[in-house]
Amino acid sequence: MNSLLKLVLQRLALGVLSLFAVSVIIFLAVGMLPGDIAQAMLGQSATPETVAAFRAQLGLDLPPFTRFAHWLLRLLHGDLGASLANQRPIAELIGARLGNTLSLAALAALVSVPTALVLGMLAALYRNSWFDRLLNTSALSAVSFPEFFVAYLLILVFSVKLGWFPSLSNLAPDATFGTLLERSVLPVATLSLVVIAQMMRMTRASLINLLASPYIEMARLKGIRQSRIIWRHALPNALAPIVNVIALNLAYLVVGVVVVEVVFVYPGLGQLLVDSVSKRDIPVVQACSLIFAATYILLNTGADVLSIASNPRLMHPKG
Amino acid sequence: MSENNNKMTQAMHRRDFLKHSAVAGAVAAAFSMGLPLQAFAADATPRPGGVLRLGLAGGSTTDSRDPGSWVDTFTFVGFSAVYNTLTEIAVDGSAIPELAERFESTPDARVWTFHLRPGVTFHNGKSLTAEDVVASINHHLDAKSTSAAKTVLGDVASVSAKGSDAVVFELHSGNADFAYVVADYHLVIMPAKDGVADWQAGVGTSGYRLKSFEPGVRMDLERNPDYWKPDRAHFASAELLAIADGAARVNALVTGQVDVINKVDLKTVALLKRNPALVIEETKGAQHYTFPMLCDSNEFKNNDIRMAMKHAINRETLLASVLHGYGLVGNDHPIQPGSRFINAALEQRAYDPDKSRFYLRKAGVESLKVRLQASDAAYTGAVDASVLFKEQARQAGIDIDVVREPADGFFSNVWMKQPFTTSFWYSSLTADRMFSIGYAKGAAWNETHWDNPRFNQLLNAARGEMNAPLRQEMYNEMQALCRDDGGAIVPLFASSVAARSNKVNHGPLTAPYGELDGLRLIERWWQA
Amino acid sequence: MNLLSQVARAPLSAKFGLLIILLYIAVAVFAPLLAPYGETQVVGEGFAPWSGQFLLGTDNLGRDMFSRLVYGARNTLGIAFLTTTLAFLLGGLSGLVAAIKGGWIDQGLSRVVDVLMAIPQLIFALLILSVVGTNATSLVLVIALLDSTRVFRLSRAVAMTVVVQDFVEAARLRGEGLWWLVTREVLPNAAAPLIAEFGLRFCFVFLFISALSFLGLGIQPPTADWGSMVRDNAVLITFGDISPLLPALAVALITVSVNFVVDWMLHKSSGLKEC
Repeated sequence: MNSLLKLVLQRLALGVLSLFAVSVIIFLAVGMLPGDIAQAMLGQSATPETVAAFRAQLGLDLPPFTRFAHWLLRLLHGDLGASLANQRPIAELIGARLGNTLSLAALAALVSVPTALVLGMLAALYRNSWFDRLLNTSALSAVSFPEFFVAYLLILVFSVKLGWFPSLSNLAPDATFGTLLERSVLPVATLSLVVIAQMMRMTRASLINLLASPYIEMARLKGIRQSRIIWRHALPNALAPIVNVIALNLAYLVVGVVVVEVVFVYPGLGQLLVDSVSKRDIPVVQACSLIFAATYILLNTGADVLSIASNPRLMHPKG
Repeated sequence: MSENNNKMTQAMHRRDFLKHSAVAGAVAAAFSMGLPLQAFAADATPRPGGVLRLGLAGGSTTDSRDPGSWVDTFTFVGFSAVYNTLTEIAVDGSAIPELAERFESTPDARVWTFHLRPGVTFHNGKSLTAEDVVASINHHLDAKSTSAAKTVLGDVASVSAKGSDAVVFELHSGNADFAYVVADYHLVIMPAKDGVADWQAGVGTSGYRLKSFEPGVRMDLERNPDYWKPDRAHFASAELLAIADGAARVNALVTGQVDVINKVDLKTVALLKRNPALVIEETKGAQHYTFPMLCDSNEFKNNDIRMAMKHAINRETLLASVLHGYGLVGNDHPIQPGSRFINAALEQRAYDPDKSRFYLRKAGVESLKVRLQASDAAYTGAVDASVLFKEQARQAGIDIDVVREPADGFFSNVWMKQPFTTSFWYSSLTADRMFSIGYAKGAAWNETHWDNPRFNQLLNAARGEMNAPLRQEMYNEMQALCRDDGGAIVPLFASSVAARSNKVNHGPLTAPYGELDGLRLIERWWQA
Repeated sequence: MNLLSQVARAPLSAKFGLLIILLYIAVAVFAPLLAPYGETQVVGEGFAPWSGQFLLGTDNLGRDMFSRLVYGARNTLGIAFLTTTLAFLLGGLSGLVAAIKGGWIDQGLSRVVDVLMAIPQLIFALLILSVVGTNATSLVLVIALLDSTRVFRLSRAVAMTVVVQDFVEAARLRGEGLWWLVTREVLPNAAAPLIAEFGLRFCFVFLFISALSFLGLGIQPPTADWGSMVRDNAVLITFGDISPLLPALAVALITVSVNFVVDWMLHKSSGLKEC
């Protein structure tokens, strides 16, 4: 178990390094974008004087390296800085939206992960039956429509025609938990439909792959029940790729939902990031990217640790 | 021969139509443009109370309370309910007193004095004084200002208080239209704090107090019980939601989660009209689309080439397909049909590939190949319009290579830098403003680098001319100059199309000044 | 063991899938012959109804919908196939190599991939495409690069469970080279999940392009592409209009078909004999 702890610590240290690399890349990439915040904010109404005044006011006339160093230094003191566009402190700007994003992701994960695992196992158990085929086809169909398309269809049926759920998920500042749940139904449904297919298919594929291996054959010859073979013998060994796919999808639920946010007018981090990129608001872009990157790294490390812990061969490599 | 005849009659029709529409426009403006009479006649008495819920495009998380940073509808509409300006635009399109009780100018229109309305207080209880006005204007005028409205005030040499209840603007040169300039939605009056405008507080003099503002998400407003205007601000409160996605806006309106939406996807207008609970609000001439050709570029420095291009575009087809008919055809100048300043005698330019070829030959070329750098940053459908133009110009032997540029950074990197691009303008209330910012030599946004001495001379003369008929004559000639020498192809005037539920109603609209009743729907509209 | 007899023994779903794939390829290859009008040609009024002249009506600009769908097959499939293949060559191979070699190669590659993956895909694409400009080549390269990180993760994870098994150890001791290890020992035993992934990834490319169109960065008009076509008309769904469904259905059909075939190959390669 000690080696596992060492691995986790090592991974986290590497994660911090990755975060640094991410922030450098983002800084450089935003810097390479055509135009800067002064031009982007003023758009068609920019004039050379106002753009110059804007730059001077925000310190954009300093060399890029200096600006990055300033930003990093402040970050190390726990200060994310302020938005260049409207001078709001970034911590305040992000706080509420991060909460929104995480709660949406959590709800979607609660619905989709157990569903995907159970369906995947059932599909492996009854492989090539009509049930398997139906499940497979519907999952593939669901995943083959673009997210916004699925969202619009759900809105058409459940919001416009039936009137069960609102089409907007925008919350008033004083909304209750009940309202929050009601307004999350359609976005959660959309996201679940999008992510279930991949996790389910991976569960099925990994299980079926293992079912052909000699030790399962042996178990089967010993007359162990099919469901028990899957649950006790196949699943633990099939876990690595499944956990990986789950981690990727969970990360997606946090960082990849900008389209769903836009369609349901859900104020999450994705929309903030896209807006900030288009306005070249570098500190906000940096803060959001770091949050997303950290989410991804944590989930990823978790997945690796789990897959190593679940495989004795990886726990104790020979040589 | 018969084809020629046909063209003649078509041209005739168009001219008649134009005259017609100019008259009709004047009549309609008195009621409200493009709106069936019964739509508001049925319930023309305002009813107080209720909540107005708006779903608006044009909000961004980078929005701010700073009026110099307002560049799109969400902040325009929201803050127009919080703040007043010195003058406002009336239903007939004229500038009338708002926070200024009255205003006057010297005969040469160079010095303007605005006398403030007595007894007006800000939401925080402070009384309005001349100092507040000076600080608010200086917020945009200051050398270090980053305001989007700085060019609007380009004429202004200085602004100063005269006593506590009057403000004097000194201009570099006479401007007969200055009362319109201070009606600009950026030039809101904020309270002064230590001589500087306090925009951070969000405190204004208008009908609604700012309760909360989450940029790019929502704004909540509640009625100001002490509002100085007696017959305005009917709703008890207003909620503005930023809804960027066109389909999401339509869904929100159809499901009754909002009462009014703007920027209705034109593809869907006909479908929305079938819903009896909804009313489409079309503001004609709200903006115009242009294909600017740089007059100092190798490609377009010869006016014959420009004329060839102007004859190679089929405006009616563009109107039908890009705007689904929600607009008017343009005549290669920026004055909208129905404006007080329109030159109604100017013949409408038609699609005429033969004429186009004639101009090409005159310029000494058989065929022409040009690159059009298009982007939907200019307007939704700009790339589609360019592609259609390409197909039409082919008939005239002109090969247009349409290159789609990313929307991101289009206006800073492509527009006004490349010879042939796409662009759009909000229509101006006055011909002077439109010509001064977009067509005058040296103007910051002279998007075609056009430099016509006669035009520039007329522009300066007209600006200070207080004799209206004389002025109109000058504007007529200037429109003709734009049309026959200018660098911009102006194919279309686009309507701004909004939709409301029949649960809200309104009186005559201040068309065509901006969308949503001159951006002032929150204080002008009421619950049905 | 020739191909035809294998196909003949394939389950119905795989036959169906193969048929559809062949059909799509044929449409893509012979697009100019099949389409009655040009890809960008304006042939009539906007939103003309279905008729003998315009099989599926016209789009908002008056271009023939059927012709655009046909040309869309060529553009969409071509781009998706190129992208996925590139992504698998790049990500799959480096994943296998990382797993086999281990040590600093594994560490190095994994860290680079971690950093790339830690940046949200859509944002990364948005950044790069805004810098280099949106055209078919940059789209293919950017999406392939982004996808390859996902493929790398998976192929490395799958290969890791293989390389610790005894037969790989034996091959190593025999002194087999890297290429042998990759192609003969690891790949055959890691192929199943990778093939399954290929099917899904292939289809995700359509979706990703579609999502990029949502942000205005998809394939540029007037080029016909299903992802962008869905986006352009998506607002009509609210009114129960079926025109946005056509390109979406085209994508759905090929997705299901590709994965039917993938399932069949997966089934064969798994060596699972019972049905």
